[in-house]
Amino acid sequence: MDKTILTVSELNAHIKNLLEEDDLLAGVYVRGELSNYKIYPSGHHYFTMKDAEGALKCVMFRSSAVKLRFRPENGMKVIAFGRVSVYPRDGVYQLYVSEMTADGVGDLYIAFEQLKEKLLKEGLFEARYKKPLPRYPRRIAVITSGAGAAVRDIIRVLGKRWPLAKVVVLPVRVQGEEAPAEIAGAIAYANRHKVADLIITGRGGGSIEDLWAFNTEIVARAIFASQIPVISAVGHEPDVTISDFVADVRAATPSNAAEIAVPDRGEMLEQLLNYEIRAVQALRREIQARRRKLEDLSSRRVLISPKNYLDDKRLLLDNAQGRMAAALERILADRKHRFAAQAAALDAMSPLKVLGRGYAIARREDGTVIKSARDVSPGEKITVRLQKDSFSATVDAVSETV
Amino acid sequence: MEKENMSFEEAISRVEAIVRELEKGDAPLDRALGLFEEGTALIKLCGKMLDEAEQKVVRLRKGADGAPEELPFEAEDTGC
Repeated sequence: MDKTILTVSELNAHIKNLLEEDDLLAGVYVRGELSNYKIYPSGHHYFTMKDAEGALKCVMFRSSAVKLRFRPENGMKVIAFGRVSVYPRDGVYQLYVSEMTADGVGDLYIAFEQLKEKLLKEGLFEARYKKPLPRYPRRIAVITSGAGAAVRDIIRVLGKRWPLAKVVVLPVRVQGEEAPAEIAGAIAYANRHKVADLIITGRGGGSIEDLWAFNTEIVARAIFASQIPVISAVGHEPDVTISDFVADVRAATPSNAAEIAVPDRGEMLEQLLNYEIRAVQALRREIQARRRKLEDLSSRRVLISPKNYLDDKRLLLDNAQGRMAAALERILADRKHRFAAQAAALDAMSPLKVLGRGYAIARREDGTVIKSARDVSPGEKITVRLQKDSFSATVDAVSETV
Repeated sequence: MEKENMSFEEAISRVEAIVRELEKGDAPLDRALGLFEEGTALIKLCGKMLDEAEQKVVRLRKGADGAPEELPFEAEDTGC
């Protein structure tokens, strides 16, 4: 018989390969109790998980260990998720844990994590899908049990803070087998009939089983599909559900949802007063600015005393008048002077004045002035005009020369 | 818009716009006065809405034709 002889390392490597080829071992949830829990300075966690019949060596590396949401202790029941492989140096197989949760809820917790993972990958929790809430909702649909404390708390807080909003209750069962379909149906119905501009859905506190409807895919998808913004309000502060992740806003409690949903009337009245004060101040500033402008304008000289302005103009007028009068006088004087000169010249040229010096004007009988001896004949009667009187004469003889 | 038919949101949005415009301070005076008057009236209206509002609560039931029917809400209602 031909014997194949392997080295230890070869065998370990072979087993390692076998284990790593197995689909189940590549990612498995294991339930058990913690023991021999050690945290090394490196940050890696080494421990054993056991149950009544067996034990399993486990390691959780630092990168996964920092994400733990509880502190592991010996004796604690947990569910670990990880892959099984071989550590060749020691020749042991172990669970390489990537996630670990306390095992209070068992299957539900895993279902929760799986659905969360699935919807997260689909992007249902992404911020870009979050719708803004209306600032002043007019109608608020409350989708919860019609009997619980939650609906009373929501109505009370809404009524105290913002009675302007009409509250439309869509009563549904919030636990039990029918609950998920009823909640999802009510959300779809509210959208189809546009019964509100804001939806609050949730319930009061309870065990994780009680809250379970809000961890179901059908409710998560109904919230995601809602065109109306949704506030999720499930249980008490530390309870987190899938609905909380997918809703537009998560409220810690139903009362908190009502506080988030609407403004406070008292604060709004204060805000109104503030607006009024601001409006008054703004208007007062406007008026003051105009008054200053007016004062500024009226402080100019012209407007302080209109008389000054008029005096200026009057001076100007007087000045013009004076200049005009002077000019006129000059013109008159000039004319007078020229007239006197011409009158003198005229006077000098007067024929009477010439006659005064002993000259005479001789005229024929028809009155024409005799300027030459050739104008008359001997024996013709003529008239001779002197300065003061005249006489008649008869032409004696005509000589051609003086 | 008729003041009487304004919702709170419309009224308060208008008030906010008016206060902003007044505070900008470049409106002609007669416009500023008009805005102020409108703003104060709307503030009064908003205050009245807040003072006089009485909460209405109804329970919605799916009517025969599937359309919603409003019923008075009793806190003891269970289911639908």
